[in-house]
Amino acid sequence: KIESLKVTVDFLKVPLGLKKPPLKEALAAVPGPGRPKPLGVERRKPRRSDTMDNESQYSGYSYKSGHSRSSRKHRDRRDRHRSKSRDGSRGDKSVTIQAPGEPLLDNESTRGDERDDNWGETTTVVTGTSEHSISHDDITRITKDMEDSANLDCSRHLGVSLAGALALLAFLTPLAFMLLPQLLWREELEPCGTPCEGLFISVAFKLLILLLGSWALFFRRPKAFFPRVFVFRALLMVLVFLLVVSYWLFYGVRILDSRDRNYQGVVQYAVSLVDALLFVHYLAVVLLELRQLQPQFTLKAVRSADGASRFYNVGHLSIQRAAVWILENYYHDFPVYNPALLNLPKSVLSKKMSGFKVYSLGEENTTNNSTGQSRAVIAAAARRRDNSHNEYYYEEAEHERRVRKRRARLVVAVEEAFTHIKRLQEDDQKNPREIMDPREAAQAIFASMARAMQKYLRTTKQQPYHTMESILQHLEFCITHDMTPKVRGEPGRRYLTAGPTIQYHKDRWLAKQWTLVSEEPVTNGLKDGVVFVLKRQDFSLVVSTKKIPFFKLSEEFVDPKSHKFVMRLQSETSV
Amino acid sequence: PAITMLSYFIFSFQQRIEIHKLRQGDNLILGFSIGGGIDQDPTQNPFSEDKTDKGIYVTRVTEGGPAEVAGLQIGDKIMQVNGWDMTMVTHDQARKRLTKRNEEVVRLLVTRQSLQKAVQQSMMS
Repeated sequence: KIESLKVTVDFLKVPLGLKKPPLKEALAAVPGPGRPKPLGVERRKPRRSDTMDNESQYSGYSYKSGHSRSSRKHRDRRDRHRSKSRDGSRGDKSVTIQAPGEPLLDNESTRGDERDDNWGETTTVVTGTSEHSISHDDITRITKDMEDSANLDCSRHLGVSLAGALALLAFLTPLAFMLLPQLLWREELEPCGTPCEGLFISVAFKLLILLLGSWALFFRRPKAFFPRVFVFRALLMVLVFLLVVSYWLFYGVRILDSRDRNYQGVVQYAVSLVDALLFVHYLAVVLLELRQLQPQFTLKAVRSADGASRFYNVGHLSIQRAAVWILENYYHDFPVYNPALLNLPKSVLSKKMSGFKVYSLGEENTTNNSTGQSRAVIAAAARRRDNSHNEYYYEEAEHERRVRKRRARLVVAVEEAFTHIKRLQEDDQKNPREIMDPREAAQAIFASMARAMQKYLRTTKQQPYHTMESILQHLEFCITHDMTPKVRGEPGRRYLTAGPTIQYHKDRWLAKQWTLVSEEPVTNGLKDGVVFVLKRQDFSLVVSTKKIPFFKLSEEFVDPKSHKFVMRLQSETSV
Repeated sequence: PAITMLSYFIFSFQQRIEIHKLRQGDNLILGFSIGGGIDQDPTQNPFSEDKTDKGIYVTRVTEGGPAEVAGLQIGDKIMQVNGWDMTMVTHDQARKRLTKRNEEVVRLLVTRQSLQKAVQQSMMS
């Protein structure tokens, strides 16, 4: 029996747009295809360390410093760690989750740390969507926020480092395969001319492609911390591990022990390993990325507080990934949660408060007294003529009218304000004192519409969301981009309607801590009828799944010549 | 007795009307107008109960004309004319059957909704 597991899902703050610089840098840093040489692969190592250093500077970015060497194994290792550490909450922020069963691997944490110097600084996790990574910033934040996350951090690091080590191992193995014969029994080797060189080139390029592929696929800023293992990643990690181990086994037995002279055979063996790794990478792409793309389920997310709901189409995902998906979309689809708008006006509610008093006559019959009483109260309340709906209606209508009036005033004020400034043309000769930059221009016109705006915001109860600073910034933005006040659906509408949460300042996001409540284990895939809840302090999102129906599409051929028409007759003849 | 009464009613579901044509100049007129036919649009028929009925209906009866005198009423559905079936004819065929120059008398078999209703009501009570 599975009881409902409460798990906490933490989110990292999503940095919008941070990805670009590192991407460019990384691309620049990655060594271009060098001129092929027999031992070209060997030479790539030092350059790779450069990239490692470059990347390690990017804080707030989750990449592993050793990413240059990451291959799938890297990822896989990380996955495995992640999976293990997932039980414990995800690093940065918090929390524990009562996940029964999986122990935190504290003993391995230190091993991960001393493996590579660079890693300690920029622990980044990359792997697809649910990598947990901790950047430099995050570390400081962690110490500020969490007190008890010390061991959890280690476990998370553990996952990352394990995956990294595995990846590194996988990446270096082919190189080792090719180098060991050269080092150990060089004299006995048969000379191997062109075919070997060709193979060296192919190995070099394949490793490069593997590198780029892993980087593209796995080194991404994790969006969230998942409470549980990511099954596919763990699977892939195990697969890679087995692959490498079996290759080493065969290598050890067949080649090292017997000192095989055929160097070409050894090189081909190494090439086959690289091919196998590439195929595992392909498998990773399919499992992690492609499978979820084709929509299979429709998720309905309903906010419990005010009933706002949205529908989303997703593919095959596990419950926790679907939860992350929903939350990502929540921030830009749902209007911001405004508790002030939810309550009925007091005048309406006060009348409802007066209840009935029940007096019991006769002897005390305690057993069924309470139910009898409550039933009597309910019956009486139902019979009483209740006019509160009337008041509610009028109150609503009045509020609506007020809002519209204020809005009209605001629009007029804004339009008028915007007529006061115009963009400076090149040939205009103006006194330098009169020329303003956008910020000053914004301040100048803000004064004229401040009052109207303030009144409007107060009526719609949005004033906590818009500080003066944010309004000024927005005005500056509009002015810079020449948005007319009318078309300025952006500026106008931004205040006129409650926009999605994500457009407000980060403070308003009200923390990114969500709790996932589910009756089924969260690594289960989505199925028809699965319901899970994402809770926060003041409200929750109830998500229900429905399978997209199977469409039976049939074909009907319509001959273009078959479109013929006649007049509708309705004759009347007199006889 | 009940059965004989019933059979009598079933027969009188339909009415036989004998119209003597009136000569007006060169034409023999009957004094009513028809609508309907298999080539017409049955949904436009205001008199039919079933809007897919493509039969011939009496749409107008001129006052004092031979048809009115004979007892034809507006809304009657003409089932037969002199033994010719009128339930599956085109509008023009119906007109021709009614206006044969060599016939002075036409005997129509018509159904009337009011009749049907009366029968139904009496059957139910």
